[in-house]
Amino acid sequence: MMKTFAISAVTALALSTGGAFAAGEGGHTKDVDFSFEGPFGSFDQAQLQRGLQVYTEVCASCHGLQYVPLRTLADEGGPHFSEAEVRAYAEQNFEVFDEELDDFRAARPVDHFPGSNLENAPDLSLMAKARAGFHGPAGTGINQLVKGMGGPEYIYSLLTGYTGETKEEAGTTLYENTAYPGTWIGMAPPLYGEDVEYADGHANDLSAISKDVAAFLMWTAEPKMMDRKQAGLTGVIFLTLLSVLLYLTNKRIWKPIKKKYES
Amino acid sequence: MAGIPHDHYEPKTSGEKWLNRRLPIVGLLYDTIMIPTPKNLNWMWIWGIVLTFCLVLQIVTGIVLAMHYTPHVDEAFASVEHIMRNVNGGHMLRYLHMNGASLFFFAVYLHIFRGLYYGSYKAPREITWIIGMLIYLLMMGTAFMGYVLPWGQMSFWGATVITGLFGAIPLIGEPIQTWLLGGPAVDNATLNRFFSLHYLLPFVIAALVAVHIWAFHTTGNNNPTGVEVRRTSKAEAEKDTVSFWPYFVIKDLFALAVILAVFFAIVGFMPNYLGHPDNYIEANALATPAHIVPEWYFLPFYAILRAFTSDVWVVQFASFITGGIIDAKFFGVLAMFGAIAVMALAPWLDTSMVRSGRYRPMFKWWFWLLAVDFVLLMWLGARPAEEPYATYSLIASTYWFAYFLVILPLLGVIEKPLPMPETIEEDFEAHKATTGGTTTVASPAE
Repeated sequence: MMKTFAISAVTALALSTGGAFAAGEGGHTKDVDFSFEGPFGSFDQAQLQRGLQVYTEVCASCHGLQYVPLRTLADEGGPHFSEAEVRAYAEQNFEVFDEELDDFRAARPVDHFPGSNLENAPDLSLMAKARAGFHGPAGTGINQLVKGMGGPEYIYSLLTGYTGETKEEAGTTLYENTAYPGTWIGMAPPLYGEDVEYADGHANDLSAISKDVAAFLMWTAEPKMMDRKQAGLTGVIFLTLLSVLLYLTNKRIWKPIKKKYES
Repeated sequence: MAGIPHDHYEPKTSGEKWLNRRLPIVGLLYDTIMIPTPKNLNWMWIWGIVLTFCLVLQIVTGIVLAMHYTPHVDEAFASVEHIMRNVNGGHMLRYLHMNGASLFFFAVYLHIFRGLYYGSYKAPREITWIIGMLIYLLMMGTAFMGYVLPWGQMSFWGATVITGLFGAIPLIGEPIQTWLLGGPAVDNATLNRFFSLHYLLPFVIAALVAVHIWAFHTTGNNNPTGVEVRRTSKAEAEKDTVSFWPYFVIKDLFALAVILAVFFAIVGFMPNYLGHPDNYIEANALATPAHIVPEWYFLPFYAILRAFTSDVWVVQFASFITGGIIDAKFFGVLAMFGAIAVMALAPWLDTSMVRSGRYRPMFKWWFWLLAVDFVLLMWLGARPAEEPYATYSLIASTYWFAYFLVILPLLGVIEKPLPMPETIEEDFEAHKATTGGTTTVASPAE
């Protein structure tokens, strides 16, 4: 009885959730491996730093990261720059409007990244959580249990998914992209490979830089991921131990009640 | 308190006597916690504790979240991000609260289906059932308004669609919708009142939970046999029952700990699995999402809402005889609320003299079909409104109503029940390996 109930309930959950992530036509997400996947995965500090470089040199010309405070670039578990590095990065790259000065000044670590420069370029702070992949099978989303939500994978797939085909529609150029739901996207291919030169000499082909910036955007969307997994793990371990103790306690207190009926 | 004879609290010290003459609160707590409980309760009787825990969890995390949240259309979304990034432990609080709602509904559905299977709604427990249904309705209202607060795309468009349902009511619909929203569309006034009510309703739920518990403490718990506790004497009653503390408290806490371990795994490792990615995009009244989908726990009723389209003959018939007052949209709304109403009326629709589904050979099949139907509706609710899903939704919705309105009344007449145990004690002896909590194995599928 209970078993069947529980199974049907779990099935219900699994079946229903993914359906919520309705995928449009087109929209093929490639499954890429990231260091932060799974319960024990963590961000790769060097990768986040490279991803920040890609963002700064390429994406930032149009897209903003308005919810991300610059100081968090120094966070442990994240890019983990030194405070001096963050200060220098902020000053060199961004200007913010200061209401007290009534003028623009160089950004400081207390400021946020700026918002988007272009009206139709979405802010990227939460993009890795605002997109998902792996909606199947049959729209149930069960694949996400195995492969993850697919946010950074979607970003990677989008950046590497341009076919080179274009078309004109109402005066705008649209670009064919295998990952984009609806196939035709307004954003011109932002990366071609070797768009940035990494100081550490890491590979900078299209796939590598796409992956780096996708990982970086996962961090901007979920900067506390490491803390969260740590808390989750502590919770699971503690509650498992507690379950064992309560199980034994329960067994013991019920023993005399059951014994009465043993012949 | 209960009709089952048992020992009551006796104040012993002079201090206890002094207090008891003025406020018999210790006696009330004692009687509540020591209530005689059928000793054969199985593992489906643990959801009450899980639900109580959920309510406390949601209130506690919610109060702290409210300290950092700003209910204003320009700042709500950013204030949630502030909680996620800058508030100490804020990301955990929010994920606990978000997924806590899912655990709450998961548990309530199992709790309700347990009641449906074992006939817990039948006399003399109708009031408990009705109060439970009211709690469920309030939970839905609270969850819906809570989902609007982060002011993401799904928040905004979900609110627009659901409040639009009230607009479907003829004549008074549009004034009601405007009154609910505080204006012609979902806007700052809506967000503010939803925040206010989202904070208020959980306390109303808490009060109703107290009444729910009061009601079933008066009638005594149902149990897997549906056979009543013998209550002619205390000695007899004691053969059928054990006190709630410590026997069921420990058992329930064990179950709660296991469930929470799974819950923490979800919160820690995949907190957004049950959510919708679009809600990480700030609300935009000018950009409608491709698919507007409610949270998973609303999907079965959302499927029923959408199932009755204007090409269905019942809808056309209703429209014809009411002179067009009931159109397809209003019919859908009536069907959605009706689906819950027929469930609430189960105590009077079920004509069988036998409480527990365990002794009802035909009922069992129909019941399990209803459970499958519910899961199916949940899946259909998330599918686009097109064929073949529309037809499936219609069939599944029809079964939901048929179960309550046709099958339950008829079964009581045509079904021949199986022999039942005379007493709970007898059942306990037969099932003791699997009840009462000595094994983790569930009771055998019945």
